[in-house]
Amino acid sequence: MIPHRLLAIIRKEFVQMRRDRLTLAMMLLLPFVQLVVFGLAINTDVKHVPMAVLDYSQSSESRRLIQSFTNSDYFDVVAWPRDTREISDLIDSGSLKVGLVIDPDYARDVRAGRVARAQVLVDASDPITASSTLSNSAGIANILGVQLLGRYLRPGTPFTPPEMPVQIDVRGWFNPDLLTANYIVPGLIGVILSMTMMMITAMAIVKERETGTLEQLITTPIKTWELMIGKIVPYVLMGYTQMTIALLVGIYGFHVPVRGSLLLMYALTLVYIGCYLGLGLVISTVARTQQQAMQMAFFLFLPTILLSGFMFPRAGMPEWVQILTLVIPLTYYLEIMRGIVLKGVGLVALWRWVAPMMALMVAILGIAMLRFKKRLD
Amino acid sequence: MSDLVVDVRDLTRRFGSFVAVDRVSFQIPRGTIFGFLGPNGAGKSTTIRMLLGILPVSEGEGRVLGFDIRTSSEEIRARVGYMSQRFSLYEDLTVLENLHFFGGVFGLSGARLDQKVRDLVEMTRLEGFEQQLAQGLPGGIRQRLALAASLLHDPEIVFLDEPTGAVDPALRRYFWERIAELSASGRTVMVTSHYMDEVERCHDICFIHHGRILAQGSPGLLKSRHLPGEMWQVRTPVRAEVAAHLSRVPGVSGAFPSGEMVRYLLDPGFDPAAPAAALSASGLTCSAPEPAEPTLEDVFVALSRKRGAS
Repeated sequence: MIPHRLLAIIRKEFVQMRRDRLTLAMMLLLPFVQLVVFGLAINTDVKHVPMAVLDYSQSSESRRLIQSFTNSDYFDVVAWPRDTREISDLIDSGSLKVGLVIDPDYARDVRAGRVARAQVLVDASDPITASSTLSNSAGIANILGVQLLGRYLRPGTPFTPPEMPVQIDVRGWFNPDLLTANYIVPGLIGVILSMTMMMITAMAIVKERETGTLEQLITTPIKTWELMIGKIVPYVLMGYTQMTIALLVGIYGFHVPVRGSLLLMYALTLVYIGCYLGLGLVISTVARTQQQAMQMAFFLFLPTILLSGFMFPRAGMPEWVQILTLVIPLTYYLEIMRGIVLKGVGLVALWRWVAPMMALMVAILGIAMLRFKKRLD
Repeated sequence: MSDLVVDVRDLTRRFGSFVAVDRVSFQIPRGTIFGFLGPNGAGKSTTIRMLLGILPVSEGEGRVLGFDIRTSSEEIRARVGYMSQRFSLYEDLTVLENLHFFGGVFGLSGARLDQKVRDLVEMTRLEGFEQQLAQGLPGGIRQRLALAASLLHDPEIVFLDEPTGAVDPALRRYFWERIAELSASGRTVMVTSHYMDEVERCHDICFIHHGRILAQGSPGLLKSRHLPGEMWQVRTPVRAEVAAHLSRVPGVSGAFPSGEMVRYLLDPGFDPAAPAAALSASGLTCSAPEPAEPTLEDVFVALSRKRGAS
């Protein structure tokens, strides 16, 4: 049975939450706004990239290749330069990002079944456009290549596959369309939860310290764990609400497929929320004012989003930074969420991420409990 | 259980090198009103917070209701009420929500809690304010709400820290009536104040200054022990000059302004006519000296002067 004291705290937190309309509205709007901003504005699958085409082949085959590029929506042909020099000038001036150069022998090679060559020049000062262009043009070349290969298939004759016209590895196995939303949304849920859970918990307790109600609470027979749990439970529900809003926007607004189990996702999210609520509690035991609490939350938040792999792949970081990222709960939660949402994998495959995240939660809540003494000094 | 509900010996609290409470000892018998008197910063709140286990004790020992304040603060907290110096209820909760919350935290629930809240709303005259948020309430109503919140669990002792600190005279009177009622119903009240006049209603008084106890005892005892002689007063618009002048008259051991008066203590065996003659010779505007009832303020002035001189 839940003790009355605990219930009293939980009920009070809900009333206060409801009364602070501004904060409540922000908490509920945050997942929506964040998703729309990250999902629409920060879009790394770049479409309609301005492209120049230099066609030395001038054949029906080469026109078909150009058409494949323009049909993809990823590229718009904006210029027809006369030589490669002109292309590099256009790229230097920034008026276009990509140039397609088709070999004079292109049509002859295609007809002869040899490897036909085309060259893609890309403005590499914009790495996101560059990588997107590289993979998109490789994809286009492959599709075209498969179509061409079909010509050599004759009924009743043995099939010896010739070389593909272009052979480039395409990244994003689990995200073949290279849609940013698919990649961003699961991570963004983690980012939103980390920030709000940590901040809201820390602020709620520090506010009580500032206004003197904590002293009044301490003079009641309430136990440390009752106060802690009573403070945490309402915010766990708040976290789940935020996550649900973000998921709904992701699924219906950005068509993010959720391939794995929602139940597993919600269950593991509890561990993750526990980590950041615990960090909020720890902050509240250190910070004396709400302003300090806010600053400390931001202090922890920045490495969380920068190092966890949300913004930049961890594989690209120096080894010592990679070790550092192992104490960031979001590091594990990202893998878990991307695993469930994009790969559709289950607990067995995720266990190597779940176990350390649970260990982190136990450690953080343990520290919070130890520090969260019922004393004022 | 002993009849002393509070028994404190050599209680000391340091903050770094600052000694906020210095070897304080006092006892409070059950059912009495104990006045803890002294100026701001004298160590009154610090002492109460040690009794409640909010602040750890640096040195010394104390028992509240027989429980050791260093080890059994949980037991103590369940049995005592505390109204802190500043309003420390939830501003964003209504009057009723605050009372229900603190009642719940003290383990009350259901019909018992509802009844208790109704009784206290009536006793503290909060009818009509039940649904209002605490933050919009006038100071007096907030104080009454804080009093109600400290009484929810029928505490055996109530610690009231400056309940009349910033309230109007009518409310001060109201508070002292409630304090008298609590005492009449067998509860013990420890109340701090820096108003000397209102603590005349206490059974026992403890003067504290710079963390040290200057004197303690019943108001009558304090006056007879620390005011040897007669209190006199003169009415004057030039209080500082008159006080300074009187201080030089032999037999006048202390003269201080109080309201529109200057009060002074005439040591035993001296002629009351001498100060009067000295004043009229000075040419300062003032009325003729008249005998005055000794007050606790006189005691406090006499005590702090003696301490300052030594």
